[in-house]
Amino acid sequence: MMRIIIIGAGVIGTAIARELSRYEIDIVLLEKTADVANGTSKANSGIIHAGYNADFDTLKGKLNVKSNPVFDKLCADLKVPFKRIGSYVVGFNEQDLKELKKKKENGEKNGLGDLEIIGQKQLISQEPNINKKAKYALYAPGAAIISPYELTIAYANNAVINGVQLLLNTEVNDLISDDGQIKGVKTNQGEIKGDFVINAAGLYSDKIARMAEDNFKIKPRKGEYHLFDKEYGDLVNHILFPMPTKKSKGILVLPTVHGNILIGPNANTIDDKDDLSTTSKGLNKVLNGAKRLIPEIPEKGVITSFSGLRAALSSEDFHIDFSENLVGLINIIGIQSPGLSSAPAISDMVVEMFKNYSLRENYELQLKKDFKEKNSKLPHYYEYEDKGKLDDWQKIVEKHEDYGEIICRCEHVSRGEIIDAINAPVPAQTIDAIKRRTRASSGRCQAGFCGPRLLQILADQLNIDPLEVSKKGSGSQILRARSKQLILEKIKEDKRAGDQ
Amino acid sequence: MEEHDIICTGCPKGCQVTIKTEGDKITDIYGYECPTGKEYAINEFKNPTRILPTTVKVEDGEFPLVPVKTAAPIPKSDLIKAMNFIAEKTVKAPIEIGDILIENILNTGVDVVATRNIKKESEV
Amino acid sequence: MTKHKMVVVGAGPAGLAAALEASKNGIDDIIILERDKYLGGILPQCIHNGFGLEYFGEELTGPEYADRFMRDIDQAGIEVLTETMVLNINQDKLITALNKTKGVLKIKAETIILAMGCRERTREKIQIPGDRPAGILSAGTAQRYTNIEGFIPGKEVMILGSGDIGLIMARRMKLEGADVKAVLEIMPFSSGLVRNKVQCLDDFDIPLKLQHTITRIEGKKRLKRVEISKVDKDFNPIKGTQKWINCDTLLLSVGLIPENELSKAMNLKLHPATGGVYVNENRETELKGVYACGNVLHVHDLVDWVSEEAEIAGRSAAEYLNKNQEKRDLPIKITPNKNLTYTVPQKIEYKFKDKKFIKIYLRVEKPMENVKIVFSHNEKSMLSYDKKIVMPGEMVTVNLPVALIKKNMEEIKLSIVEKVGEKNGRT
Repeated sequence: MMRIIIIGAGVIGTAIARELSRYEIDIVLLEKTADVANGTSKANSGIIHAGYNADFDTLKGKLNVKSNPVFDKLCADLKVPFKRIGSYVVGFNEQDLKELKKKKENGEKNGLGDLEIIGQKQLISQEPNINKKAKYALYAPGAAIISPYELTIAYANNAVINGVQLLLNTEVNDLISDDGQIKGVKTNQGEIKGDFVINAAGLYSDKIARMAEDNFKIKPRKGEYHLFDKEYGDLVNHILFPMPTKKSKGILVLPTVHGNILIGPNANTIDDKDDLSTTSKGLNKVLNGAKRLIPEIPEKGVITSFSGLRAALSSEDFHIDFSENLVGLINIIGIQSPGLSSAPAISDMVVEMFKNYSLRENYELQLKKDFKEKNSKLPHYYEYEDKGKLDDWQKIVEKHEDYGEIICRCEHVSRGEIIDAINAPVPAQTIDAIKRRTRASSGRCQAGFCGPRLLQILADQLNIDPLEVSKKGSGSQILRARSKQLILEKIKEDKRAGDQ
Repeated sequence: MEEHDIICTGCPKGCQVTIKTEGDKITDIYGYECPTGKEYAINEFKNPTRILPTTVKVEDGEFPLVPVKTAAPIPKSDLIKAMNFIAEKTVKAPIEIGDILIENILNTGVDVVATRNIKKESEV
Repeated sequence: MTKHKMVVVGAGPAGLAAALEASKNGIDDIIILERDKYLGGILPQCIHNGFGLEYFGEELTGPEYADRFMRDIDQAGIEVLTETMVLNINQDKLITALNKTKGVLKIKAETIILAMGCRERTREKIQIPGDRPAGILSAGTAQRYTNIEGFIPGKEVMILGSGDIGLIMARRMKLEGADVKAVLEIMPFSSGLVRNKVQCLDDFDIPLKLQHTITRIEGKKRLKRVEISKVDKDFNPIKGTQKWINCDTLLLSVGLIPENELSKAMNLKLHPATGGVYVNENRETELKGVYACGNVLHVHDLVDWVSEEAEIAGRSAAEYLNKNQEKRDLPIKITPNKNLTYTVPQKIEYKFKDKKFIKIYLRVEKPMENVKIVFSHNEKSMLSYDKKIVMPGEMVTVNLPVALIKKNMEEIKLSIVEKVGEKNGRT
């Protein structure tokens, strides 16, 4: 059986893994960090764009438009929170109106039939908190919000259920080739043989490509965000965009699928691909940018801030193509916005590319008979609470009492849900991994209450020393020592020094 | 002639009291704004003592630690030594508030007592 | 669905004292709902001295203080459900809670005592920019690890905030073998007790840097270092004063926030200065039969006053149940004037019966010496108290004799003025 190696378990790598796992083929998905969705996929605006923004003759434009309609079914199957709330691009004057009309035209060229230009009155009635100086808006009912890391995790879970082997903490150091043909990869965990390699390594996809002497350079572009308390969830009803520039779609104000408000991102090119730090300059820019759309942004309502890095290519379009130098390698580079929105179509495109390749290699690709299209629905207390179905939750507790113990007070997450996350096909093994799957520790107290409890549950479930429990993988352990350990170590040291 | 500055902890004012000494003798004292301040500063200078609150490791308990305190103040200079001594101790549950867990620590004449009830793990 | 005459949310010092007082006043159907495994709230992890001097006339540690009330609760046979999280309360006083043994609990209460306490302000809330490594936690969570769970969260510790929690944890970490580099305080004065400054910092040569804050955090996996800066009187970092300090742990002691999610669920408004609900002298909220006391109402510094306040709430709830209350014709608004941050209560609504005086709790905005606290009505002084020194970090209590409150009064103003060269004493 042919083996495909996919490098990178972000939303693109996991989407491709899932789509390829429909076929009778051996798939290994490699991820260098301790969890899936650890790169750009966990730190972005969480938007499924309607598809009017990118030019119709770019890959970005085509693949975004193609993907947009499939999300309802995809999210229903994979059990991912998704809300099609629509978006406004907001203009303040006649010049803006001209640009909005151009965007509308572009969108129509891309195949969108439901775009509308609306005036001030309608805008204010739909968004009562909007800057009253706003005059026009381009309304796109097809825009939606999604949890990007939950989508990635769901793709990964489904891929694993369908036979994909996920190897975390596995970093590719080199490609193995023979006579211009890919043969496998060298990793920090040893060599892995493979017949085909898909480079979906996000920020580092240029590094992987250069291993095949395909020359690309990604320039990370940082975007910072503020997340607001759910108390302010009513601030806006749609995704609000300012007028876009060539560099970015601007600083947005939008609701999240879980009822928070998100503002950001700014856009700042940096050098270090691992620099996810927030800056006071950047965060201030984000706040001021958001105030242009919503003057009454409640600054005291911020519960957390974070930054993400766009994997920007100078061409500013997606690059999805076979390697120029090695047979059996596809490079996927420069997947920044609308990358998340285009994931389904990108994965379809890559599957097609692989199909053509395998035909040329006389390998017949058979569909699996028992492919599991859907993920199972795991119970979450907050969902039952929101829907007023607590009698049903009672039945769940009666079956397993762990669902009766609330661990995260702010987000109402039970012990049972946390244990489910630790035991999922793609297991949560760190505090941050649990946060992304269950929402525990993402609320207003930021793990002040649940932190010690999550730590204990991880230690128990993974059967490890509590000292080994980490925030996000090796090197980020939460605790430094057991009680009295530092004192006893110092006593020993002093004794040794005294004896000398 | 030496000068020693002591902050009085008798009230939120936190007056800085200065004690002047020659050898062992106090030659002058000023800076206090009430009699408590003067008395406190002299005691603090001559023999500073502290109550030590800490924890002791527990075996077989519902919790891994029992909070304790010295039943009376001990010399400030003994605090670290006392912590070192306590670090090597483990006590068995059940423990009751007031139980003397370490008698006459470091020969100060002061006991270390439990400040929380700790049940046996098996009885919870 | 079950019914109870009184439901107390939280078995910390406030909840316990309120329940006990209600029980002493004849209420026999009380249930306390507590989310943790044990009773006492935050007290069991406050292993230091300083509790009970006012209430018991003895100096106790936190767990000892809690135990006094826990014993009485036991003796009074008051029901307590632990590991039970209250998730919602509606305006009909219907409580939704969850625990392992019973699942979803629906409890209809005749009276409710809100005693949920506080949560701690986070690094994210005060927006310190930088990386998001392991090693950043609130002082209270560090205290839980160190004193209850049996772990040391850090070896090289920086502490932001010189309130009592920050000072206490500085000593605690030092005693447990950590290297505590400094305590930073953004204000020009520490809000903690002088005793704590001396016994937690000076005793161990831990520097206190006033008018300093943290302006950047660095560390991709675990904290590596923090950038500290001096600030001006507007709390803005002063250029050129930036310094990096290596550390693996940052403890934040930057304020307590009353945890009022349940109050908000009942549509109760929150007072902007206290962060808690509005109450009258009975600690009754805007929803009749619902009372609030302790840190959830306003952040206290002495647990003794928490117990006293909780007893007011418990007693009043009992009076309500026994239909032993009469409202005044007109409520009296209590208005704090300049230099006073807030008063609790904010109004007087009931007839006094046997009460001799109403105790007003208040906080001042800045440290002041030689002051007069004045009660006045229609610009005329009713009564004043002299205080040698007042600080924002120490709540002040003053008694207002009911004899001075006339029937037709609608507003009593409280002011604080600096006086010059007078002796102590009441005027």
